Amino acid sequence: MIELAQNLIDGLGRGSIYALLALGVAVIFGVMHLLNFAHGEMITVSGYAAFWALGAGWSWTVVVPLILVVSVVTSLLIERLAFSRVRGAPDFTLLLTSFGVHFLVSALLLLYVSASVKNYSRPGWVADTWSLGSLRIEVFDTVVIVITIITLLATTALLQRTMFGLALRAAAADFDTARLMGVRSNSVIRGAFALSGLLAGIAGVFWLMRAGSTNPTAGIDPMLKGVLAALIGGLGSLRGAVLGGFALGLAEVLLRSWLPNSLASLTEGVVFALIALLFIFRPQGLISVTHAERV
Amino acid sequence: MIATAGPISSGHGPELTALRGSQPQTTIHNELMLQLHGVTTKYGAISALREVTLEVNAGEVVGLIGPNGAGKTTLLNTVAGLLQPSNGTVQLAGDDVTGTEPENLLRRGLALVPEHRRIFVDLTVEENLRIGGATVSGERRRELLDDMQQQFPVLRSKWTTRAGYLSGGEAQQLAIARALMAEPKLLMMDEPSLGLAPILVDMVFDLISSLRSNGVTLLVVEQNAQRMLDIADRAYVLRSGQVVSEGTGEELLGRSDLFESFVGGSA
Repeated sequence: MIELAQNLIDGLGRGSIYALLALGVAVIFGVMHLLNFAHGEMITVSGYAAFWALGAGWSWTVVVPLILVVSVVTSLLIERLAFSRVRGAPDFTLLLTSFGVHFLVSALLLLYVSASVKNYSRPGWVADTWSLGSLRIEVFDTVVIVITIITLLATTALLQRTMFGLALRAAAADFDTARLMGVRSNSVIRGAFALSGLLAGIAGVFWLMRAGSTNPTAGIDPMLKGVLAALIGGLGSLRGAVLGGFALGLAEVLLRSWLPNSLASLTEGVVFALIALLFIFRPQGLISVTHAERV
Repeated sequence: MIATAGPISSGHGPELTALRGSQPQTTIHNELMLQLHGVTTKYGAISALREVTLEVNAGEVVGLIGPNGAGKTTLLNTVAGLLQPSNGTVQLAGDDVTGTEPENLLRRGLALVPEHRRIFVDLTVEENLRIGGATVSGERRRELLDDMQQQFPVLRSKWTTRAGYLSGGEAQQLAIARALMAEPKLLMMDEPSLGLAPILVDMVFDLISSLRSNGVTLLVVEQNAQRMLDIADRAYVLRSGQVVSEGTGEELLGRSDLFESFVGGSA
């Protein structure tokens, strides 16, 4: 019982990060029909920013906002330099472009920075725990879950209560009609990339704090988790993406604890098999979206 | 039969009195609101519009009729900026706006109630109207939302309902109200009566008359040619992407040859 509760908290912590990543992927897919395989690059680039800043003696208190800023700026730059040029192209072109961006960023870091793994110091409290009865809960998981809940509530408020949120939802449902209502395509797309970058930045802070290192392909893992979680949830559904993130996090943690030790290294493989099974029976993901056809 | 303008007394129709504060009381005829000159629009190699020239004067209700596939929707979408003409010019209130994006045309006073209404089904009625007022100030938007509640009692009663749950008539009223939230000078409607029960068709045509008396210029595509010509100041007949006839509503109503040639004789 205690072990299960422990695992659930662990899974929620991990799932929180996935949920934030998946939400960023879903926001972009909603407005552009772009499945962004470059979503991890925000974390790769902010990882190097964190490495340099910490190396220069900055504290994590300053590095956290730095990561958020670098992530948003990277997201906007990628939109400006790559995706704005293929706007309106077939979905497959957008998909390939996002792959291209991913490989380009990795290659640039490899060529002009370093091929080796760069280590930096993690904040001291990452490994701390606190007790609730006989439960030992990581401070880190607690912080991640609380910040994620706050972020999700704030994002919901942004989408429900502001004109920008309304424009984003309208554009995701039917871009042309949103433009007929006066919604500027540039503003809504750049806004979506800024929001997506901020969500990736928040997830990135946690990811980088736990990792303690970065390398030119560090973004692949978070990108895969985000894209997978968005697919599990049902592409285009923001609620689905969050749900998919938590489901993926819980599945990973629970499987790791349930599988016999000899199979523990296969956890990821089993997770992928489960996802494949889900898509056989529910190809649209957990939550299906019925939006007007995009032109 | 000529429909009379003014507030509608039937319980189904919207009362338009509230709009009067924001719209000019008098209509100025003979001032060009919209002018198309030699407009050609293509889908790939196929010309859906061929050298279309037409004019809409300020304060007029102009009908656009013709058989299916004549290019009526293409024409409205080209004017609204959703499609780019390969040739010709579009002028709005004297300014060349050819190739201008829809979001900027709306800011110049041109709104379109698109084919099939295209309301946002996942958004509530109120949210649909708010997004319609995306280009007006926050204060004005609140005033207009109040106005719409009064003019469209049906929408007021479904204010927080998701638009996907509205009936056809309610959805059509929402689509029109959403366009009015932008306070357009020129309102284009694409088949506003399509698929509606007869009593709701009456409501739509009464609404068009009310809008005219409130100073809104209208360009309306209608498959119900008879009803459209009844209330239109003028109309253009489109066939195979070309203007084949134009005249006042009365003139065109008298030309039985036009109606017989429509597909299925649906005059």
